[in-house]
Amino acid sequence: MAAALFEGRFALAFPSFGPERRGAPVLGFTRIDDRKITDRSAVRECDYVVVLDETLMNPAIADGLKPGGKVIVNSATPSKYANGGFEVIGLDATGLAAETLGKPITNTAMLGALIAVSSMVRLDSAVRAIEQEMNPKLAQANIQLVKRAFASLQPKP
Amino acid sequence: MSESARVFVSGNEAVALGVRLARPHVVAAYPITPQTVVVERLSDMVADGSLKTEYLHVESEHSALSACMGASVLGARTFTATSSQGLLYMAECLHYASGGRMPIVMMNANRSLALPWNIYNDQRDSLSLLDSGWLQVYVEDAQEALDMIIQGYAIAENPAVMTPIMVNLDGFVLTHTYELVDVPTAQSVDRFLPPYQTTNKLDLGAPKNMGFTATPADYTEFKYQQHRALLDSARVIEQTDEAYASAFGRSYGGLVQSYQAEDAELILVTLGSVNGTARVVVDGLRAEGRKVGLVRLRFLRPFPARELVALTRHARAVGVLEKNVSMGYEGTVFTHVNSAYSAETSAPHVLNFVAGLGGRDISRQDIISMFDQLASVDPTSERVRFVNLKLQII
Repeated sequence: MAAALFEGRFALAFPSFGPERRGAPVLGFTRIDDRKITDRSAVRECDYVVVLDETLMNPAIADGLKPGGKVIVNSATPSKYANGGFEVIGLDATGLAAETLGKPITNTAMLGALIAVSSMVRLDSAVRAIEQEMNPKLAQANIQLVKRAFASLQPKP
Repeated sequence: MSESARVFVSGNEAVALGVRLARPHVVAAYPITPQTVVVERLSDMVADGSLKTEYLHVESEHSALSACMGASVLGARTFTATSSQGLLYMAECLHYASGGRMPIVMMNANRSLALPWNIYNDQRDSLSLLDSGWLQVYVEDAQEALDMIIQGYAIAENPAVMTPIMVNLDGFVLTHTYELVDVPTAQSVDRFLPPYQTTNKLDLGAPKNMGFTATPADYTEFKYQQHRALLDSARVIEQTDEAYASAFGRSYGGLVQSYQAEDAELILVTLGSVNGTARVVVDGLRAEGRKVGLVRLRFLRPFPARELVALTRHARAVGVLEKNVSMGYEGTVFTHVNSAYSAETSAPHVLNFVAGLGGRDISRQDIISMFDQLASVDPTSERVRFVNLKLQII
């Protein structure tokens, strides 16, 4: 949404389809390009895997990860995944979300992490997307969260 | 050209935005996955006052279409949406609506049929109802979904047509995928689509009988007139596409849309959103110097036989990719394509690719393989081919 609405690019976002319930493991995919995206086949190769719940971490999580691709995991102790044969970057999104939102909802924190690691979209585009999508009160807290997550993964001076 | 708003929405939401712009008097709905979001959004719009319509939450799909019929015979513009088993449940009413010449617009989320129970995308639901007397259009993306809801009313309500239209979106792959959509302004849509006017309605000032009985002496003539109206709708569909292009800058080409087909030796005939994936494959194969192309059948009723034959005239082999099979024979779309060629003195070799049943992914590699099979087609080999069939588990 940030890329498509605020950076003049194109995006296609889709879940892995099926019955849904809160708390069940789910998969979601996003393609971003400078041209209109027409390919609707399943994503088999990717640049980044974002894991919102570290209990889902397993060796197969990096299947289809391109060479040079990265796994970004919600974890306070990401170093334990260091020898999995793929690059792992961690952020304690649950902790940050609990502090900022008062709830362990980690989506926007992990968006901030993804932007910090990938520069896929600009931070201000994500902020504008959150402003547009959420009601003002929720948006304010989530903007704070996405910014804190982004800042915490910047190189230390 | 008018100003529009760009939004990042799902196919379902694009349909709801199109419905709001068309200003229906009555929306009748019974929720069924995956079209549910359409009617949820419409009820949100009624709640926030941005859609002034009589919203009827009925107890079944059969009732949803029946309610639309009741409103339509009073001269109201109506909308409903359904999917899969829900569409089958309203099958009886589909014939009533078309026989009664009621220009209802209905969105159908294409989804598989039980048993085995399966909620995922294929096109067996709507294809099994080609004979119901409705116009059927299959869209490729969310933008076309919004545009065809608006065009759908213009086509269905045209006095020469007066036939209901089913706007088909691939379930999940299109209905639940988020993408950029241009939403035209209400003013520009009002100019394109004036309010529905008809004399074919119940009116105390001009009483008439509707929904009556016909005898063997005159039933055939009713069906012939419906048949003519569907054939004549081809011209109206093309004119509407042209008028839409001049109003909003988007044209889809009428009954069919081709891609790189002009000089193609191998052509894949597609239906719905898989055409988008196939475009990427064609770009890749063209870059390797292979002469491949696509013809997307936008409408199956009326069936674009003449257009299909013209667009594939120079092709050596034509494959029909459909998420459907009429068990005991072949894919229904394939039967239609062969029927179109039967009136010609020469025809390309044809193959039927049955793929994507019950939501199975159709990958770029699968489509490359289809072009490879077309390149080496042997007229004596099996024409109906199930893609990625797992023989080892049968």
